[in-house]
Amino acid sequence: MQLTLGPVLFNWQSDVWRDFYFQIADEAPIDVVVVGEIVCSKRSPFFAEHMPTVIERLVASGKQVVLGSLILISLPRERRQMAELTGTEDFLVEANDLTCVRGLRGRPHAIGPFVNVYNEATAAYLADLGATRICLPPELPLRSIATIAASVPEVTTEVFAFGKVPLAISARCYHARIHKLTKDNCRFVCEQDPDGLAVKTLEGDGFLSVNGVQTLSHSCASYLDDADALARAGVGALRLSPQKCDMVQVAHVFRNVVEGRLGAGDGNRALSEIYPGVPFANGFLHGLPGAELAEPVT
Amino acid sequence: MELICPAGTPSALEVAVNAGADAIYCGFSDETNARNFPGLNFSREELGEGISYAHRHGVKVLVAINTFARAGATDVWKRAIDDAVGAGADALIMADVGMLAYTARHHSSQRIHLSVQAAAANPDAIRFYVESFGVRRVVLPRVLSVPEIAKIIKEVSCETEVFVYGGLCVMEEGRCSLSSYATGKSPNMQGVCSPPSHVSYREEGDKVVSRLGKFTINAFAEDEATAYPTLCKGRFTTSHGTGYIFEDPVSLDAATMLPGLRDAGVTALKIEGRQRGRAYIESVVRTFRQAIEALEAGEAIKTGSLIAMSEGQMTTAGAYRKTWR
Amino acid sequence: MPKPDATISPLPHALSLAMRPLPLWPLQPLLAMFVGRIRTRHPGMFERLGEHSQKRFGLKPTDLPFAFVLEPKPSRPVAVATRQLPSNLDARISGPLGALLGLVSGECDGDALFFSRELHIEGDMEAVLALRNAIDSVGVNLLGEFLAELSPLGAPVDKLLRGHPPQRPYAGNARKGTQPWN
Repeated sequence: MQLTLGPVLFNWQSDVWRDFYFQIADEAPIDVVVVGEIVCSKRSPFFAEHMPTVIERLVASGKQVVLGSLILISLPRERRQMAELTGTEDFLVEANDLTCVRGLRGRPHAIGPFVNVYNEATAAYLADLGATRICLPPELPLRSIATIAASVPEVTTEVFAFGKVPLAISARCYHARIHKLTKDNCRFVCEQDPDGLAVKTLEGDGFLSVNGVQTLSHSCASYLDDADALARAGVGALRLSPQKCDMVQVAHVFRNVVEGRLGAGDGNRALSEIYPGVPFANGFLHGLPGAELAEPVT
Repeated sequence: MELICPAGTPSALEVAVNAGADAIYCGFSDETNARNFPGLNFSREELGEGISYAHRHGVKVLVAINTFARAGATDVWKRAIDDAVGAGADALIMADVGMLAYTARHHSSQRIHLSVQAAAANPDAIRFYVESFGVRRVVLPRVLSVPEIAKIIKEVSCETEVFVYGGLCVMEEGRCSLSSYATGKSPNMQGVCSPPSHVSYREEGDKVVSRLGKFTINAFAEDEATAYPTLCKGRFTTSHGTGYIFEDPVSLDAATMLPGLRDAGVTALKIEGRQRGRAYIESVVRTFRQAIEALEAGEAIKTGSLIAMSEGQMTTAGAYRKTWR
Repeated sequence: MPKPDATISPLPHALSLAMRPLPLWPLQPLLAMFVGRIRTRHPGMFERLGEHSQKRFGLKPTDLPFAFVLEPKPSRPVAVATRQLPSNLDARISGPLGALLGLVSGECDGDALFFSRELHIEGDMEAVLALRNAIDSVGVNLLGEFLAELSPLGAPVDKLLRGHPPQRPYAGNARKGTQPWN
């Protein structure tokens, strides 16, 4: 079972972002690292200056680097960026929108969790176009995952296994809206919330997290309990999505559990110390509301 | 511009035909369509009768098979496609890549429209569907401003359709799992958003509290109109205060944008609301038919007459105005 | 949001007065006839309810001294009048009789009514939605149709309750030619 580190979804300070990847490169038991700003094209310039050194360091550490595309591409500037990205020959590109698949078809590429792969017919079609890795949409239940993985054995099927779950993308920036700013003049207020802005119900229950144009869950997905079942279902990689916690330790916990050195129960206890105060959930995998935490499949 | 109108039942189809629709869109009574609500939609037999009725009046029927097929059960979707083609549907409205490929392969002469659920928001994405599956029309996601729509139309070879009235998704459609996060049921998989099976209202003191699953979505004081607890239109709290974080309970009304949409080269205008009743269909379709006729005659378009039909009794032009973002 | 003005006119005063002293027993055969007629004329309506046809609905006109319980089983739909709604219901809908009749006739949009707080719905929302959609699917004013058959009493009551002219087909469609797309 591979471990993939998904792209940082939040607007971190650019030097914090760089140092994070340096640490991942040096210390984390991760096989594949997806880098790139995929949520908001306005943030990209901040990371661009560090991108070459980050990639170099990751490659030097033996990790496979994958470049992630934007989720929602509508502006001409964004289309130009994506055309440039899909022209990249040196690294695998992960398409988070079919816009990019048009530029990538015919050669190996990855499909990100924001492309709607809900069934074996779609997976097979994309595999025919050259997809070698497919990270499935986070809301898929285990039964669907197993069916899809079995239908495209040549493809590495990946599942979103740790992190606040990306639930929606919009043209509207909620960070800007909450701060009474316009999107075009947003002053990058999303950087005030490096782990997302907590959205609670009127009764004070944690519900969602706002990250600019993206909305994520309040709870943190953790499929640690289900890692065995996922492996049996033919899943080849688990995706860990960076949160404001010690992701190197998170990777160690997952690595130890999938390799049988640590029980899932002990792993869960470790995770709640590494990322305290955030509830864990795996409802999606069990066909339940995504916010729920179900008993592991035996 | 064509007027594309919703029908959740055979009688709504007849009402929409009589009220001036150019085409009706509808779906089968199952999870293959994105308005899979109880008591709604068409049996195979009803679709055949509906198509006959519409065709007798010179009106087209588009069949929405626009959810994403469930893994291991794609036959359900394929059967829906086969049956809609067999019934003489003028077009299928689809979003799932696998099912688009199936239709293009097995029903190559069938006209396909790309559903808004496919979230094709730029010319490159649209071209992917046109080149791959011969898509003839794209329903544009509700994330674009009118100038952006105009630019897209200049670059693509297929027709475009845009929403002008009805429920407004503030998230990009086809890419939203908010509903399944709270209820386990999603637009993409089950064809429902914020499903009524998970809705509850409770009077608490002088307030009515609406919930979806385990989450409180809103609370209404005595003098407030209540709203259905659609997730993205609830009242929530952040460290910056309490309010409608994502969107107020509003409906889209783009009647004032019709001249701009026409000048942009939009082929068809779509009214949302297959889940709404005959009364809604009748008044909204008739109003937009009059608006299109006024537009064609160079007269002013009357606005605001549909306010009672809208959610929360407020409307917005949504993303068509860039300031909405 | 301000509360919008009521869009439903309250029950005509004369009618309300006329009904007030009414004992419930004469209503029963009328209700039985009403659901029986729906069953024979529009059998699809109850079938459209699917699993929800097995549920019990309470309808409470807030401006009348009695209520109705509906069990819309396709094989044997039942409606009874009662002074008070029982507690073992799946869903209850209350509001001015005008709003409830608007819902039954299909002339008022259930969503629009609900948004404006004319109707109060408790319990199984999915069942209520199914009921509304099923009634809407019939495409005729169920009550008007029934009352029209009860002439001479029916016609004036129907007129009083409905007050809406029938819709005219859009003339423009007749001019349109059908050009197949496929």
